Amino acid sequence: MPALILFWILAIVCIGAALTMVTAANPVRSALSLVVCFLALAVYYVTLSAQFIGAVQVVVYAGAVMVLFLFVIMLLNLGAPVTSSTKGSNQNTAAVALGAILLLVLFISGIFFEIPGKAVSPATAQAQGTVKAVGLTLYNPHLPWLFPFEATSLLLLVAVVGAIVMTRRQV
Amino acid sequence: MVPVSYYLSLSAVLFTIGVVGVLVKRNPIQVFMCIELMLNAANLTFIALGRFYGTSVGEMYVIFALAVAAAEVSVGLGIIVTIFRTRQSIDLDETALLKS
Repeated sequence: MPALILFWILAIVCIGAALTMVTAANPVRSALSLVVCFLALAVYYVTLSAQFIGAVQVVVYAGAVMVLFLFVIMLLNLGAPVTSSTKGSNQNTAAVALGAILLLVLFISGIFFEIPGKAVSPATAQAQGTVKAVGLTLYNPHLPWLFPFEATSLLLLVAVVGAIVMTRRQV
Repeated sequence: MVPVSYYLSLSAVLFTIGVVGVLVKRNPIQVFMCIELMLNAANLTFIALGRFYGTSVGEMYVIFALAVAAAEVSVGLGIIVTIFRTRQSIDLDETALLKS
């Protein structure tokens, strides 16, 4: 029962922060709401016994990515909301209507989903979320994760070089 | 123990909020934030299903999704900065350079 109460508290925080992010006109306010949402998700990961992913979520998303966002907002001086002349209310209505349909479809597919078979014991799940278990799975040459991991390092290198090349001043 | 369908439904709500945000917002930075929210909703699904199936496959996918999201944010914000430098505006409706 305490797990269910925690779930609902976190769900309220998470969805409230997400709605604030979408409705806020000020980008800084959006970014800070998104940090709250990411932190709530990190707590979810810990309760789902994925402790390592929860820590990474705090460091990478709530830390690095959101700092990058705030830096760009400050760099471009976008603190004031963008007022657009061509902003149509028709598009907003259509977006909300289509979003409602999407929500209905996803909800129906999610709410009746059940895992067949026995439930996994908390002790087994707990052992799978530790740094040691994640590392052993990731670097195991008999499992298919090692090559994608190496490819990810190349991807990050390309992203770093690409970001520098695109944003440097033309000489 | 919270049933897995609760997590899937929460993930559906977050994903839909992200989709609607992408369609409604006019500031590309806020559109980017909505895309991040959608990625996180998908990550929550991976983690929840991995936990309830008792495998670590879900966590592996989330690690890769995190790395790709970090790369995507750096490149995307670089593009936004470049657009701002050339046009002094980043409004999504005015930025239509590729539209002939």
